[in-house]
Amino acid sequence: MGIPSYTLLPHEATCQSPHDGSIATALERSEEGHPAMKIVVCVKYVPDATADRTFNSDNTVDRTGVDGVLSELDEYAVEEALKIRDAGDDCEIVVLTVGPDVARSAILKSLQMGADAGVHVLDDAIHGSDAVGTSLVLAKAIERQQADLVVCGMASTDGSMSVVPAMVAERLGLPQVTFGSQVTVDGTTVRVRRDGDAATETIEGTLPLLLSVTDQANEPRYPSFKGIMAAKKKPVDVLSLSDLGVAAGDVGADAAWTKVQQSQQRPARSAGTIVTDEDGTGAAKLVEFLAGQKFV
Amino acid sequence: MSEILVLVDHTDGVIRKTTAELLTFARRLGEPAAVFVGAGIDSARDALRQYGAEKIYVLDDPELSDYLVVPKAEALAQLVEQAQPAAVLIPSHAEGKEIAGRVAIKASSGLITDAVDIEAGDNGPITTQSVFAGSYTVTATVTHGTPIITVKPNSVTPEAVDAAATEDHFNPVISESAKTAKIVDRSPREATGRPELTEAAIVVSGGRGTGGKFEPVEDFADSLGAAVGASRAAVDSGWYPHAFQIGQTGKTVSPQLYIATGISGAIQHRAGMQTSKTIVAVNKDDEAPIFELVDFGVVGDLHAVLPRAAAQVRARKG
Ligand SMILES: Cc1cc2nc3c(=O)[nH]c(=O)nc-3n(C[C@H](O)[C@H](O)[C@H](O)COP(=O)(O)OP(=O)(O)OC[C@H]3O[C@@H](n4cnc5c(N)ncnc54)[C@H](O)[C@@H]3O)c2cc1C
Repeated sequence: MGIPSYTLLPHEATCQSPHDGSIATALERSEEGHPAMKIVVCVKYVPDATADRTFNSDNTVDRTGVDGVLSELDEYAVEEALKIRDAGDDCEIVVLTVGPDVARSAILKSLQMGADAGVHVLDDAIHGSDAVGTSLVLAKAIERQQADLVVCGMASTDGSMSVVPAMVAERLGLPQVTFGSQVTVDGTTVRVRRDGDAATETIEGTLPLLLSVTDQANEPRYPSFKGIMAAKKKPVDVLSLSDLGVAAGDVGADAAWTKVQQSQQRPARSAGTIVTDEDGTGAAKLVEFLAGQKFV
Repeated sequence: MSEILVLVDHTDGVIRKTTAELLTFARRLGEPAAVFVGAGIDSARDALRQYGAEKIYVLDDPELSDYLVVPKAEALAQLVEQAQPAAVLIPSHAEGKEIAGRVAIKASSGLITDAVDIEAGDNGPITTQSVFAGSYTVTATVTHGTPIITVKPNSVTPEAVDAAATEDHFNPVISESAKTAKIVDRSPREATGRPELTEAAIVVSGGRGTGGKFEPVEDFADSLGAAVGASRAAVDSGWYPHAFQIGQTGKTVSPQLYIATGISGAIQHRAGMQTSKTIVAVNKDDEAPIFELVDFGVVGDLHAVLPRAAAQVRARKG
């Protein structure tokens, strides 16, 4: 099977590279009286991880039946952006989400934490999109913002794909520095420490770029009362696919490049044997079990 | 028969077990072709042949290793274009998934991540994934382009098949913009002498219940030849390095045997171990949620149970 060439598919709709000048540089913006740096934080509304999560009959994730929250891991992304601003960088923080009506609560929470403005891409046609479709919508929305820095969480707490940031960066022609457990921004240089499997690495990149942070990077703040009040007045732009110039046929379940064939609840594990170590025999029984299973 | 590209995971030519696993899956789908990026092919050749690589694409441009993700993605996409494989298999670690995400966009191809099984189907590979902290199993196919699939470690037992391992040097064209995120410093972690956490057949992990004393956990692990893991509570307390954290924001493990000691079994921890074949727990609280998962559980103090168990394992092993 080769790579068929199609027209009007998300790949062809790839956003322009910021390196070709389509995105204003920080300097140009500050000369126009705008903040020197624009940070876009991608956040996701997800079903609460502690609730029972299910699939709809069309094999998409049921995002309505359970209470939703701002993906916990995205709070670290919002916090990292706030830290950069707190460190004195003149910047504007826009939080971006793609999702149904209720997803607005993810934006609201971010605004309460201190972000400046929100963008909510809301369109029924997006339902059922896979990472390819989602990344197209995000990339188009980020392109409009002319971001210098895009910040993401390390994974979503539901789909756990971890690939959307890489796809967004690819579409925008941006380098990516991901899984940062410690981040410093110095002018246009971003330095990140990451704890890999075999080594601790320091990565250096130059803006514009896409950054993702782990739950080790910071401690997300709780919204203050002042923050909660202020959030009510902050602007949230609600955009449709046509506002972004994305064709409805390029997203949603029908445009997905993957298809779920079956989703099946795993049978509950059959109840195991539990012994109590009251008389000090717990260890012997444990080793007996391990030997019976041929682990010893 | 079409080629199935397998991105080789190695350190200076020493291939990791996941590579043998991916080659084993590749053989179910077509003709396995290993893609070896970086230095050290001389050390890797025999292992790749032994696990069934009919072909080895060698990409030894040093620039591919100094920069993050993007050059490798460019190279792999160019190879996909040239070799026209029927699928591309990539290890499911952080870098693997990022490479996969970029290649999928470059090659206009569907991507499936974290597969735990792959079978050949009439319309291309059928993958199995485990989602929602292991509570659902999902089968999926790629419907567009070349299936790009990332595969979790320990998903299949590697099968040894002697293959041709014909070598083919491939020189990709790396763009300047691919070189903007550079690895400027690298300090390798001290070797523990234990098996690699995500590849180990047995994992023994410790949580808050260790009270900071990991020696009994490590010693029991050593008696079994196991890797050692930790809960986030133990990592956050500074008792064990983050690289050994198991769970949603740490490593996902799927060993033959997982032994949780002094760990309550929070959903975020389960997300990283729930697909283990056999699960054992030692916890002093008989109501700890971890006991809902276990095949065998001991209600007791780990500081008493583990040293005795380690001694008895050693006695049995002679
Ligand atoms: C966004 C997010 C991501 C997270 N990611 C992860 C993750 O990747 N991995 C992870 O593990 N957690 C993660 N967590 C944290 C998770 O929610 C739990 O807090 C954590 O797993 C608890 O660790 P624990 O079981 O060691 O500690 P506890 O929940 O405090 O449990 C300790 C257990 O030890 C038992 N115990 C105490 N003393 C003894 C003794 N002497 N002998 C035997 N048993 C004893 C107790 O009965 C108790 O059950 C995450 C949380 C969030 C919010």
